[in-house]
Amino acid sequence: MKYKILIVGMVLLFGLSSVWAQSEPEESDSVVIDSAELFPAPVSDIKLSDKPNDHGHAVVVTWEPSADDGGGKNNVVQYEIYWSTSFDGPFDTAGVVPSGTREFEHVGSKDPDDPKYIPDNTDLFYQIDVVTADPLIRTTSGTEGPVQCSGQWYNTGRTPVLIAVLIFGLLTAVFVTSARKGRKLYVRPIGGIEAVDDAIGRATEMGRPILYVLGLGSAADVATIASFTILGRVAKRVAEYQTELIVPTYDPIVMSVAQEVVKSAYYDAGRPEDYKEDIVHFVTQSQFAYVAAVNGTMLRELPATNVYMGKFFAESLLLAETGSLAGSIQISGTDEIAQIPFFIVACDYTLIGEELYAASAYLGREPKLLGSLKAQDWAKAAVVILAIIGLIAANLGWDSFTNLFQVVD
Amino acid sequence: MEFTQFLWMTFGVFVTLCIMSFLYKDNPFYKFAEHLVVGVSAGYFVVILWHTGLVPKLFQRLADGDWYYGFLNSSNLEYLIPAILGCLMWTRFSKDYSWLSRWPMALYIGISAGLAVPLEMSNRVNKQLQAMMVKIDWANFFGHDGFDLLDITNGLSQLLILVGALAAIIYFFFSKEHKGAFGHVATLGIWVLMIGFGASFGFTVMARISLFINRLQDTFAWGHQSFDTSNEHYSIFFPIVFWGLVLFVTGYIAYEIVTHLRKKATTS
Repeated sequence: MKYKILIVGMVLLFGLSSVWAQSEPEESDSVVIDSAELFPAPVSDIKLSDKPNDHGHAVVVTWEPSADDGGGKNNVVQYEIYWSTSFDGPFDTAGVVPSGTREFEHVGSKDPDDPKYIPDNTDLFYQIDVVTADPLIRTTSGTEGPVQCSGQWYNTGRTPVLIAVLIFGLLTAVFVTSARKGRKLYVRPIGGIEAVDDAIGRATEMGRPILYVLGLGSAADVATIASFTILGRVAKRVAEYQTELIVPTYDPIVMSVAQEVVKSAYYDAGRPEDYKEDIVHFVTQSQFAYVAAVNGTMLRELPATNVYMGKFFAESLLLAETGSLAGSIQISGTDEIAQIPFFIVACDYTLIGEELYAASAYLGREPKLLGSLKAQDWAKAAVVILAIIGLIAANLGWDSFTNLFQVVD
Repeated sequence: MEFTQFLWMTFGVFVTLCIMSFLYKDNPFYKFAEHLVVGVSAGYFVVILWHTGLVPKLFQRLADGDWYYGFLNSSNLEYLIPAILGCLMWTRFSKDYSWLSRWPMALYIGISAGLAVPLEMSNRVNKQLQAMMVKIDWANFFGHDGFDLLDITNGLSQLLILVGALAAIIYFFFSKEHKGAFGHVATLGIWVLMIGFGASFGFTVMARISLFINRLQDTFAWGHQSFDTSNEHYSIFFPIVFWGLVLFVTGYIAYEIVTHLRKKATTS
């Protein structure tokens, strides 16, 4: 019995060992073969370069796609780009792009405190992972680098802008010089501005104040700057007629500039003693709170004339409608295209877009402003002619001409 | 909804009604809402400017210095320049030194204007000009699916946009009187502008109406909450607050009517 058990045990042991011997290499071979088949080929020919025409902190990475991207095993889903300031890492994610892509712009922040900060003039190293649908099955390229990024002083993509600015500057210089020499430059009458003097006269006769609203723009907005000139003119007339002026402001800097403008106007009119600091006052920097306050002023002070000049947004109709209810004469002007319709329906006179800028020149009659206005007209004429030539060129396939105007940011 | 939340909701409805009452005339409730919103927003912006401006953009940058040295031992000394310029704005309170406040203002406006020149030229001239140089789609002049004038990508639309743009530019010529053929083109330009403004007006009015509907929905939701017995926090105070506000509003309306009638009787 013992021998039988021993023989059976040996047979079983032999059988198991032969199965083990047969199955193990087979399993091992199959895993190796499968893995090799699954892993995609790496990318090749990785090139790193500083991004041109920028402020720095950006690198352009290009590569030849994996052989398995769109061909071969065709299992590439995306490329993951990693970067480091050291050849040996550690590497951080720069970005992810889908398969088929050959280029990636690694644009970082210039703020050293920002996690996306990329240092300028520092060696940078990159790796690209070719990733399949299973994120664990991926192939990493070798480390490429170093590359350094830096900012450029001149953006060649904006050369057309430089040429346009130079031409416009030249035109302005020519016309300003011409106006200074005494040449009379014609400016056609602008209805809304002609009405300003009448409106001030009306306020004086009625013994009511004039409300001047500079809008919600900052002191740096072109519309606000144009509005300062008009405010100066209005304030001077107001001082001459000894009418009351109310200028509620939204921005503290605008308030400061407006105070200077009004003060100068009162001095120019020979009535510095009539100037009060609170003619121009700050309300708040919240849009609708500002509207609520100005609307309240309109209904309490009942100004004879409301002048809205500057940058306006959603508050335009709220202001103009309240002014209309209060029975005031209203003159408005803005370069905010979306708000002009509201002023047109609720105001007596509206300066549309560029008329606001022209108004300041028309009122001031200063050679500088008139020369600038004249230069603008010439520039507009040039735009019309170039647009027509460009249209013909585009339809005849002369792309070299149309490309002359292309601006690359 | 808890009762405290309901009270805030009631306050929202009350302030909405206060502002809406402006449609009737200026009144104490409108004044209350006006001063509330102005005061709250002014205070709010002071805090916002402190936390998003001064603290991260100045104090944190100078934090490696010591205040008792005037931060002069900080590694980011350049941030003291805007700090000094900002402080110069305070000189406005002095009659003798208020001229100093013109320096930061001049710098601010000068830099902004300088930055605006290439930006405006690029966005409003160069890019617009190139956009006008389009290849007219002559093959689909009246639409891609046959005669379809609503198809704005057809050749006719492209041509109309170009003609409209050029006519509008001509309207903004200030050195020449709008007379004769030039005047006719300028008139076409103002027509194009007005059609555009009309469309923009209608679009924006619809957006405003949606805002109004939103306020109405909030008011109705408040009314619903006042009597929503399925609310686990519901109590008798919910309808009491509701009826309190309703009585208050109707009481004020009645007061205004009586005052109006009395005035009318006195004048007659």
